[in-house]
Amino acid sequence: MAVTESSSFQVRRIWTDERARSAIFQLLTIVGLAALIAIMVSNTLANLDARGLDVGFDFVGDPAFFDINQKLINYTSQSTFGRALIVGLLNTLLVSAMGIIAATIIGFSAGVLRLSNNWIVSRMVTVYVEITRNVPVLLQIIFWWTILTGLPKVRDSLSLGDVAFLNNRGIRMPAPILEEGFGYVLIAILVGFVAAILVGRWAKRRQDETGEAFPAIWTGLGLIIGLPLIVYFLTGSPVDWDIPERTRFNYRGGFNVTPELIALWFALSTYTGAFISEIVRSGILSVSKGQTEAASAIGLRSNLTMRKIILPQALRVIIPPLTSQYLNLTKNSSLAVAIGYQDLVSIGGTVLNQSGQAIEVVAIWMFVYLSLSLMTSAFMNWYNRRIALVER
Amino acid sequence: MTDQSFFRSQADLLPERSPPPATTGVLGWVRGNLFSSWLNSILTLIGLYLLWIIIPPALDWAFFSADIAGDDRFACTSEGACWAWLDQRYNQFLYGFYPADQRWRVNIALLLLIPALIPLLFDKVPGAKIGRWFSLAYPFVATILLVGGFGFESVPTNKFGGFMLNITVGLAGIILSLPIGIVLALGRRSNMPVVRILSVAFIEIFRGVPLITLLFTAAILLPIFMPPNVSFDLVVRVIVVVTAFSSAYMAEVIRGGLQAIPRGQYEAAQALGLGYWRMMALIILPQALKISIPGIVNTFIGLFKDTTLVIVIGLFDILNIGKSMVSNPDWLGLSAEAYVFVALFFFVVCFSMSRYSSLLEKRLDTENR
Repeated sequence: MAVTESSSFQVRRIWTDERARSAIFQLLTIVGLAALIAIMVSNTLANLDARGLDVGFDFVGDPAFFDINQKLINYTSQSTFGRALIVGLLNTLLVSAMGIIAATIIGFSAGVLRLSNNWIVSRMVTVYVEITRNVPVLLQIIFWWTILTGLPKVRDSLSLGDVAFLNNRGIRMPAPILEEGFGYVLIAILVGFVAAILVGRWAKRRQDETGEAFPAIWTGLGLIIGLPLIVYFLTGSPVDWDIPERTRFNYRGGFNVTPELIALWFALSTYTGAFISEIVRSGILSVSKGQTEAASAIGLRSNLTMRKIILPQALRVIIPPLTSQYLNLTKNSSLAVAIGYQDLVSIGGTVLNQSGQAIEVVAIWMFVYLSLSLMTSAFMNWYNRRIALVER
Repeated sequence: MTDQSFFRSQADLLPERSPPPATTGVLGWVRGNLFSSWLNSILTLIGLYLLWIIIPPALDWAFFSADIAGDDRFACTSEGACWAWLDQRYNQFLYGFYPADQRWRVNIALLLLIPALIPLLFDKVPGAKIGRWFSLAYPFVATILLVGGFGFESVPTNKFGGFMLNITVGLAGIILSLPIGIVLALGRRSNMPVVRILSVAFIEIFRGVPLITLLFTAAILLPIFMPPNVSFDLVVRVIVVVTAFSSAYMAEVIRGGLQAIPRGQYEAAQALGLGYWRMMALIILPQALKISIPGIVNTFIGLFKDTTLVIVIGLFDILNIGKSMVSNPDWLGLSAEAYVFVALFFFVVCFSMSRYSSLLEKRLDTENR
């Protein structure tokens, strides 16, 4: 009798002791999770055994035997699965980088224009933002792709000034052929950048000390653009353009941008641009009106007020959600599979079908996208901290 | 005389003059809003030009010179859009391959959604409290109506399609991802290290990968993880991954709300002797969820748009039905018409959700001041 009483007392004490309770709960969670994983692993092994598949990443060394039409590195159908996946990864990175740049430009312009007191302009931007935001991006990608592939056939290409041609296989553009001496132009570009940065720093220090302004932006632009131009002409125009020429069935020379890439890039940048414009708008609105008034009270023009007063403060609000938009764009680039742009997911799907290594391919996908996500957020967090430090 | 001029009567005061005509009325508005500076004037002119080259041709295409009747695309002879397919195909866009004689069940399920939603959206409606019990029962009622059982003929989910499939997956995802998201958000802020690490891992993994790879996982990998003789429905698997994906986003939205609740609220609740669950359920979550409503609705909108991704694993949602229609010889090349039609459905649903969220945002904003 006494024994049972004391043990029930013990049990109740464990139940009411928060630390004991949480320890038990965590232990149960771990055990449950471990059991779940064990069951899944044993199921998987049984299933793979039944289908005669083996696990492992050895297949990446096997020849792929399929073609890829858009490749940034050398690839033939004799190359390995691993190389095919790298080609896909590079295509993903290409469209993401292009999309991020375009979406940022579109988003910032649309965000600022939407706040403009020009009624027509702000309404037009609102319509653009609401339509693109509320329609699935996959639908937009497929829509633009259908329009581009519905363009005239190669025979009746639309000519853009006789140097570029638009048809249902994309845009064929002149390709630059670099000749001897172009290295100097590259050096000039580099020197221009460095000089522009140095001038900018010097101008800022001088303005901090003496209050005298210096047109650093125009000087910088002059250095970055002008210097290479001068060198370009001094070295005797070392770039030759390979202009596409019409042959019987196609074009010779130049390089082709596929309709898939254009459609994906355009849809992703307009879609993400609409979201970014909302972020920019709310960021600008979050800067209190007093700041604008104070700026005009000390005599700053509206353009300077925007650049020196509003945007630096708004950026602090803008950066964190902007990061997740960049990540979303990168992840949405995987929708390429629906129109056959050969990105990581699309090529991975082909690899999966050819090799049957489902688990490995999915693992590669997840690993790559997770690393891209973590790297982007690490970079943006660093940038965010740098901006935040300016505060006080 | 001087006295008289000094004490002027009120009638002698100068009459009020109207403001300069260029600053009032239509003209003033136009000058102030459209032509206030040369840059503004250029923008206005560009805007007007764009409207001129977009709007009239678009209206002409969609309505004035459109064909609306006919059996195939050859019946469409004019320059404009060809809407002739609507008559034959709109049932497929809405219901997919759901048996024609059972489609009334889908309609009823959709109609019942209205009384289920109203007590949740508007709390000042009479009978809202009782209505919420119906809202709670709605998912089960709708499942029975759509899938069958209890005297209804059973309809396999591979017959689901069209906009009905989008709504089914979207609604199921919305209903399930909110509670799971709340649990994950609480887990991420938990004092128990194991729970916290697991929540963080779940959230970051599902937020870090594209939904498309998860859908491939659902279609290809989940059967491999299951015991050999067990198979479960593809639509259910899709709902599972869509839910997992959006509950990770939901968790982050709600965590933002939780972080905005001042510490004093927790301490006051503890001082009253409330335990963890009662503190959360009665004090913290009602406030945190209220702040995060705009974010929650945005996640819902994202989830609903993402339901179109099921086409990559071969399900026939409304987008895929449109896509397959435009490759049918009868209607070949009517892609603009089909995609505009599909876009309209999504626009109506998503735009109303976002309007509702900004309405709430405004209402809550004034309440806090």
